[in-house]
Amino acid sequence: MQLESMYQEIILDHYKNPHGRGLRDPFDAEVHHVNPTCGDEVTLRVKIDGDTIADVSYEGMGCSISQASISAMYDLVVGKPVSEALGTGEHFMTLMQAKGDPAVAEKLEDELEDAVAFAGVSKYPARIKCALLSWMALKDASARAVSTAGGQS
Amino acid sequence: MTQTVSRPGAGAQRAPLPLDIEAIRADFPILTRTVRDGKRLVYLDSGATSQKPRQVLDAERWFYENVNAAPHRGAHQLAEEATGAYEEARAKIGAFIGAPESEIVFTRNTTEAINLVAYALSNARTAKEPEFRTYAVGQGDEIVVTEMEHHADLIPWQQLCERTGATLRWLGLTDEGRLDLSDLSTVVNERTKLVAVTQQSNILGTINPLGDIVARAHEVGALVLVDGAQSVPHQPVDVQSLGADFLVFSGHKMLGPTGVGVLWGRYEVLDKLPPFLTGGSMIEVVRMEGSTFMPPPQRFEAGVPMTAQVIGLGAAVDYLQALGMDKVEEHEKALTAYALEKLAEIPGVTVIGPPDTVARGGAISFTVEDIHPHDVGQVLDDLGIAVRVGHHCAWPVVRRYGVPATTRATFYVHTGYDDIDALADGIRAAQKFFGTV
Repeated sequence: MQLESMYQEIILDHYKNPHGRGLRDPFDAEVHHVNPTCGDEVTLRVKIDGDTIADVSYEGMGCSISQASISAMYDLVVGKPVSEALGTGEHFMTLMQAKGDPAVAEKLEDELEDAVAFAGVSKYPARIKCALLSWMALKDASARAVSTAGGQS
Repeated sequence: MTQTVSRPGAGAQRAPLPLDIEAIRADFPILTRTVRDGKRLVYLDSGATSQKPRQVLDAERWFYENVNAAPHRGAHQLAEEATGAYEEARAKIGAFIGAPESEIVFTRNTTEAINLVAYALSNARTAKEPEFRTYAVGQGDEIVVTEMEHHADLIPWQQLCERTGATLRWLGLTDEGRLDLSDLSTVVNERTKLVAVTQQSNILGTINPLGDIVARAHEVGALVLVDGAQSVPHQPVDVQSLGADFLVFSGHKMLGPTGVGVLWGRYEVLDKLPPFLTGGSMIEVVRMEGSTFMPPPQRFEAGVPMTAQVIGLGAAVDYLQALGMDKVEEHEKALTAYALEKLAEIPGVTVIGPPDTVARGGAISFTVEDIHPHDVGQVLDDLGIAVRVGHHCAWPVVRRYGVPATTRATFYVHTGYDDIDALADGIRAAQKFFGTV
């Protein structure tokens, strides 16, 4: 079975015990993203404090990969400056484009922490979108939150 | 055949299969390849697209190697032969559904066939020829669909209503996965211009009682379009007994090539429809000021057609007819009965759709408790089993039954009990992998 390469223990742990799940107030932006090919959905809120992501809260419906990816992302971005969080998102995108190349995963280990476990997903083109759903939602929500915050100040 | 005698510990019953699957499998080159590190390909996704027997591939190759030319153009020998082969296939495909060749229009697929009708009904509003305005749809008119439709038989009608100001109405579903016809006589009424309904649901497997719907629609003067994408490949369909005005289906789901679909229309209806796509070979006389159009079916076939694909579909029809559509239907019914029993034996598996083979085809959608369908599909894929996961282009259906998505297995002429055993074992493997049992 090659399954273990995709479903790393860390991924299954995040899936079964998601970190930061639930929608919380206050928030600066809320987005709803769907993966139209399969119906995965996520509603994601971002609270920005200065230029730091103070909270990311979410509700979602989808497969283990999409749900675990949100949980791992939560751990990575909360408390980080927006720019750093988006940079991490870029690293995650690079990992998803790596077609399972272990060298890429190794290089990104420090930046991506638990999320580097998703390296195996990059071998399965049909599942990459599942892993990216939350990161796309975060990028969108952050942009909206920053523009809202910018408008207020 | 649908009767199953359950003896304690006997497990699911295997009725003798009417088709010789070993001989049939030998006709499908793709079934000899392996997937995911040497595993036998268990192809249970024929509902999405069917595999192709060598006879169909050979027919396409024969055309390109021996006859290739643009049909209905040119007077050289190849052009004549290409036209002959193309029209011969049309006649053959028409006969397959009991229709004369003049009523067979080739499209790209079912989706395009439905769009052709939907656009013809809105183009009718502005047609300069009075007879082309016969079926014009506008404000105050209603189009009726069902909650069971594939997106291909839903979105074109939503869009037609948006273009014309008509209202979309629909028949709902019962908890058992059948059409709720209790309000048929109010939903289909004097304002109804067209009723679009699937013959066999691509997600639930339900076979719909079209007789009642056609009778009511015609009673109020509405046209009926039947989506046969999942029925024509799997059961005998005869347009004369169907009684509808349009039947649409795709070649690629019935052993034929991609890129060819069929719109059957009652000639007197087709004859009053304006064209959808326009251009070469659908015209009668062209002047800079304006043009007139050919009678059906040419009126609806603008441009050089998908000739090799039509010829391939003709070969697919030959193949299916040699097997016998009665036998194909019976074969799938036996498999469906067996699969429903095998799935019922697995704790945590719920079938979305009719639980027995009464008025039911071979599309079996199911959920596995606490495992998302994508994850079920991934484990099955790892074992070499190809199924479809997701909302199956029928989002309202999964929403109606309160599930985010399903896993779907579909069968065809090469499917055997061994494939279904592999599926059942695969589901148990998924449960074990995700620790839900």
